Amino acid sequence: MSSLTRWEPFRELRHEMRQMRHFQRAMGRLFGRWGIDLPEWPTLAVSYPPVNLWEDDDFVYAEAELPGLKLPDLEITVTADNQLTLKGKREAAALEKVEWHRQERGFGSFERTIALPVSVDAGKVEARLENGVLTIKMAKSPAAKPRKIPVKAE
Amino acid sequence: MPETKAPVKEAGKVTTPEATRGGIYYTPRVDIYEAAEEVVLQCDMPGVKPQDVEVRFEQGELSLYGKVQPRQAPAAYLDEQYGVGDFYRSFAIAPEIDADKIAAEYRDGVLTVHLPKQEQVKPKQITVQAG
Repeated sequence: MSSLTRWEPFRELRHEMRQMRHFQRAMGRLFGRWGIDLPEWPTLAVSYPPVNLWEDDDFVYAEAELPGLKLPDLEITVTADNQLTLKGKREAAALEKVEWHRQERGFGSFERTIALPVSVDAGKVEARLENGVLTIKMAKSPAAKPRKIPVKAE
Repeated sequence: MPETKAPVKEAGKVTTPEATRGGIYYTPRVDIYEAAEEVVLQCDMPGVKPQDVEVRFEQGELSLYGKVQPRQAPAAYLDEQYGVGDFYRSFAIAPEIDADKIAAEYRDGVLTVHLPKQEQVKPKQITVQAG
């Protein structure tokens, strides 16, 4: 008499990683308000999607690679001047009776909030999704823009 | 399966593409599944324009190549979490695949390659006669 249990070596690890992420998110919420950025966990940080950020005088740009998504699958919000949230879902194709040889692409829901280094005008945000690359262009708040100070020659 | 060893883009980590075969490439992520009639390969190639996707089949090897046009060139990033570069990966394809019928499409950053099986290896239903 023996009971068989399916051995799932990664189950526990996955659970732990989830816990870690919850903790990290909670800490992020806690400290984010004071503008303190927590260092990322070196290997367990699975912040999806990775985002590249850059700026020019008038705009801040965020870019993320989201292959297989369409704009309606995405929810982009800017709150509290500088909190950019990306929320979305990549649906897995419903396949029956197939044999998998490789499965490397991820599916499912994601949500990520990024604190932008400058405040932006939530009413002036443009998003474009082209060939699986999302680009968000956000106009800086007037106060955040660099000002040219005229220098008078005497 | 012979494969390229270029780095895969991973969340939370900036990797630099690796030089392979005289170019610089990232390894795209793929799903491969087999149905009754065909083998289907799906490959994430974000940022590649449809005309810059190249699928080649040569001597039993299927190679996927995606050229990424530079799209962002800030002097400095405020935050850089992934690298931008071309994609390349190749696979050895079983002889049961009908090479002449390989078809590919690219949509929303995902390349799908259909590899139909040769007629003789497709499963067939044999009618059993009642005697």
